[in-house]
Amino acid sequence: MSPIESADVVVVGAGIVGAACAEALSADGRRVMVLDRGAPAGATTASGEGNVLLSDKAPGPELDLALASRRRWPELLDTLRDELGERLADVEWESKGGLVVAVNPDSVSPLRILTAAQREAGVEVRDLGQAAACAMEPHLTTGVTAAAHYPGDAQVQPVLAATAMLAAVRARGGLVHGGVEAEGLVVRGGRVAGIRVGGTAVPCGAIVNACGPWAGHFSVAAGAPIEVLPRRGMVLVTAPLPAVVGRKVYAADYVAAVSSGDVDLQVSPVVESTATGAVLIGSSRQRVGFDETLEVEVLRRLARSAIRLFPVLAGVPVMRAYGGFRPYTPDHLPVIGEDPRIPGLWHAGGHEGAGVGLAPATGRMLADLMEGRRPEVDPGPFRVARPALMAEVRT
Amino acid sequence: MNRVVVVGAGPAGLAAASAAAELGVEVVLVDAGAKLGGQYFRQDALARGDRFALPLAVEHVANASVWAVEPVEGGHRVHVRIGEADDPSRTGRVLETRALVLATGAYDRAVPFPGWDLPGVFTAGAAQAMAKGQGVAVGDRVLVAGTGPFLLPVAVALAAAGARVVEVAEANAPVAGWLSRPRGAAAGTRRFPELARYAGMLARHRVPYRTRTAVVAAHGSDSVAAATVARLAKDWTPVPGSERRVEVDAVAVGFGFTPQLELAVAARCRIEGGFVAVDATQGTSVPGVFAAGELTGIGGAELAASEGAVAGAAAAKRLGAVVEPPLGAMARVRSGRRFAAALAAAYPVRPGWTGWVRDDTVVCRCEEVPLGRLLEAVDERDLWGVRPLKLASGAGLGMCQGRVCGANVAELVGLDDGVFARRRIAAPLRLGELAGAASTAEEAGGSPASRADQSFGQDLG
Repeated sequence: MSPIESADVVVVGAGIVGAACAEALSADGRRVMVLDRGAPAGATTASGEGNVLLSDKAPGPELDLALASRRRWPELLDTLRDELGERLADVEWESKGGLVVAVNPDSVSPLRILTAAQREAGVEVRDLGQAAACAMEPHLTTGVTAAAHYPGDAQVQPVLAATAMLAAVRARGGLVHGGVEAEGLVVRGGRVAGIRVGGTAVPCGAIVNACGPWAGHFSVAAGAPIEVLPRRGMVLVTAPLPAVVGRKVYAADYVAAVSSGDVDLQVSPVVESTATGAVLIGSSRQRVGFDETLEVEVLRRLARSAIRLFPVLAGVPVMRAYGGFRPYTPDHLPVIGEDPRIPGLWHAGGHEGAGVGLAPATGRMLADLMEGRRPEVDPGPFRVARPALMAEVRT
Repeated sequence: MNRVVVVGAGPAGLAAASAAAELGVEVVLVDAGAKLGGQYFRQDALARGDRFALPLAVEHVANASVWAVEPVEGGHRVHVRIGEADDPSRTGRVLETRALVLATGAYDRAVPFPGWDLPGVFTAGAAQAMAKGQGVAVGDRVLVAGTGPFLLPVAVALAAAGARVVEVAEANAPVAGWLSRPRGAAAGTRRFPELARYAGMLARHRVPYRTRTAVVAAHGSDSVAAATVARLAKDWTPVPGSERRVEVDAVAVGFGFTPQLELAVAARCRIEGGFVAVDATQGTSVPGVFAAGELTGIGGAELAASEGAVAGAAAAKRLGAVVEPPLGAMARVRSGRRFAAALAAAYPVRPGWTGWVRDDTVVCRCEEVPLGRLLEAVDERDLWGVRPLKLASGAGLGMCQGRVCGANVAELVGLDDGVFARRRIAAPLRLGELAGAASTAEEAGGSPASRADQSFGQDLG
């Protein structure tokens, strides 16, 4: 990298969230430089399933952000298509809908309560009985006790989506550098003046910490620690199949697992087909730091839970398993905003398993705040200065 | 825990199991084949009896695929499925060990060329296996092409099975390579009579052996009807105007070997230059994990057996056996490695091969990704990590999980191919099997038998 480079904003982290922030900032005409210590879209983004979900969120700030993001996705893809052309903008977007199923009598009324509240909050959702659910997904277990259909749930291929947004950033004159580690900030007069990389300093007016599960590490190096921690997840991939699963189908207890902070392993099934016909089977959540060691027990429980929903999958070969780390915050809300301790330092992350879905609205909110526009969604709940994030620095 | 587990019953694994057992420790030898010997000593699965006799302390688990290796406290847990891959009654077994010997060998590499995905194009290894194992030649008129001394026994086996081998096309000029490395050649002198014998047999069958020559295209509508061979410059760039069309109904290609690394990667062994790094006792970077044979470098059966003997002794020592250092085997390993280094230097895959691949040549066969689409994705999306590359282009995501295409794709786009070997599930299993799989040895209990395997990279046609 040439030492004379400079930027209005340096985004650290070229995953889906960093890419979406860079896209939104460059759309505002800012000169953006994106840095990633590894390959762009190569870590958490390459380990995701590409969920764009409304169904798994209870009413609250995250659902508001999800609704805004769900509206934003098609607009964003239109923009990418206009600027980059059909091929590059093809990110396997599929508005396939989601089906949440309860498989025991106890989950019926919590599911109905959830859907009623979601409907109130503006989510399109239909309550279904067993027969209607099984008509929709013919291979679904007949043991379904209740279901809910969310036409708005969608899927996107995260690596294609992130690399397309980064291509747009480059096309608008921005820079994307992989294999470049951000070492720390240059702070002058109490605010960000540049970023240190490879022994030199790149002048810039603002820095966005979009380091995903490593956002906590970067925040420490930046001198403004926030609490973002890794939660490990694994996904199984089957051999390509003729259509067995039409929508995103998951068990009602997934919603509870998403919002839980348990250290222990949690597994609740999320089953869906991809463009190639392979079926993806998630999801597990486990707090093991950055330990990547394979655990057969996790795979076994994923397999069991998927078969419980779709018994026909028992005979299907598993081709591979992949895993990664999702960034979570202790209060399970993303962080989007400027750090009050060091003006010019921004954070965008902590989306856990929803980063792909929430990325466009996150980028938009960050750009709005930086520009001084009023964001579509109230940014208050996502602010940096909240006790759950800054616990360590309260002293 | 108190046993040696050896994975792979080829020359390296057999030697390791025997060496450990002779030192008085319990050994479990797990192998994909129905009989001992691996690819090198391929035995007829249907014939009676077994050519190999193992010490009594060795329990041979045949027809078994290791689908996962898990690090656990004090050692490793090896997850095995036993039985035919499509057999619904396939059973599972979990083996825990403080001393794991990986001898998983290598599979042959095929370099793509236009038409290589036609039926009738085989890997040299598959062609040899069919000829030796079942006495069946892959075609009536066969072109054998690629690089390395392995092409000679393949051609001889095909001729013996009744095929007319029209030509052996060796892409390198190995004589010059040998002469430039006298030390390696001296170390390999014992191999020369063998190679000379094969060369003599080819001469008797009137099989032309041409160096600096490669198959650069295969032609046919439903299957191979002809192939184009061309002379190569030193870097393997085809010499313009040198193309010749040969009428053949089968092509056997072998461009050296790719080590079967997934279990070593799962056990977190350090990989150097594409092979498992080992010390003088065949110990890997992970305590309690040893590697022997082609995993540590392509050197042939003799070297593999010597490494296996050293690894078996070291594994037994780890379990408390009193072991004299196997100095003889260690010396043979050292000289064998010199020979292997000379081999590697004489028969490399040189970069010019990328010049005969066209934009419409499929580089990943499982997902049918042509070169043009791969390069387009890399270029437009500025990809340079293996995971984004796989996910954005589809290359390496199919059933073979990059075993066939990984090295080629990596070379075509200028990436390190190591990440392709990261396969958390080392052999496919059904979701139902995974759901029922015991996750610990205590849960697993019993131990039955039968067969399972994947034949990745075997039949290319």
